[in-house]
Amino acid sequence: MAVKQVNPTRMELTRLKKKLNTATRGHKLLKDKRDELMRRFLEMVRENRALRMKVEEKIKAANANFVLAKASMSDETLKTALLAPKQEVYVSTSYRNVMSVEIPVFETQTRTPDENDIYSYGFAFTSADLDDAVKSLSDVLPDLIRLAEIEKSCQLMADEIEKTRRRVNALEHVMIPETQEQIRYITRKLDENERSTQTRLMKVKDMMLQRAHGY
Amino acid sequence: MSERIAVFGDKESVYGFSALGLDTYFFEPSDEGTALFRRLCLSGNYAIIYITETAAAFLEKEIAKYRSEPKPAIILIPGVTGNTGEGMSAVRLSVEKAVGSDIFNE
Repeated sequence: MAVKQVNPTRMELTRLKKKLNTATRGHKLLKDKRDELMRRFLEMVRENRALRMKVEEKIKAANANFVLAKASMSDETLKTALLAPKQEVYVSTSYRNVMSVEIPVFETQTRTPDENDIYSYGFAFTSADLDDAVKSLSDVLPDLIRLAEIEKSCQLMADEIEKTRRRVNALEHVMIPETQEQIRYITRKLDENERSTQTRLMKVKDMMLQRAHGY
Repeated sequence: MSERIAVFGDKESVYGFSALGLDTYFFEPSDEGTALFRRLCLSGNYAIIYITETAAAFLEKEIAKYRSEPKPAIILIPGVTGNTGEGMSAVRLSVEKAVGSDIFNE
């Protein structure tokens, strides 16, 4: 591996050793984070899939009900019936921190507590099928909200996992080996310097002895 | 802070949701439809936007932008024309992103 140019000094060596230490610790921590995120993600995604299948099934049924309702009523009546809804749904979002990922938690409130307020029409001119249809849709709503919560969480977590994995890989395959290589280079260079000083001294000593005693 | 829920899609698929007290918006596959969707996302009034799979097919790029944003949550639901499997593929996308390959592939 091509070593980046470093000064072969003791100071640099100490700095790099510290850096390697930090990198190794960071790598270990990030790896743990990735593993835990992955575990939670898989758990969540399993629930997400199951819930989605359930919700899709229910919505399909509700849609079928609406088609039925539409068949037995005129377009205008249906339109007027649903024109002015009585009920309103509000969501307050709070966030839960899961391994540094802020995942949303939705809490819903309805404008009125009366659950019959989903029928925004008089019962005289509409068919009973419409009541069924609206009821079936209303039954899906809690699941739908939960689906939104969990699916968004999965998306956010997937993002975070990807990011963390990149960091882990960058540390493991680039940063740590590079620093190790640099440390090795400096150690070698320092050793080499020491050896060359040693030989120089020995040589000088020989020369001095030669001159003094004629060895 | 209270936000609302929007349902976005073709008229036939979404009008029922208005009875429950969700805000419904009708989508036509045109520039206005895209602009409307953008406005909804940017308005900040909506925590959750349900969108029918057929409408989502036209707005893929827009939806992709909001995948990594904490808000709003854009969730695909099947429309009246039936289930195209788009919603499930969104889940699959998350798995692929996190794991590297789709491990729930059956």
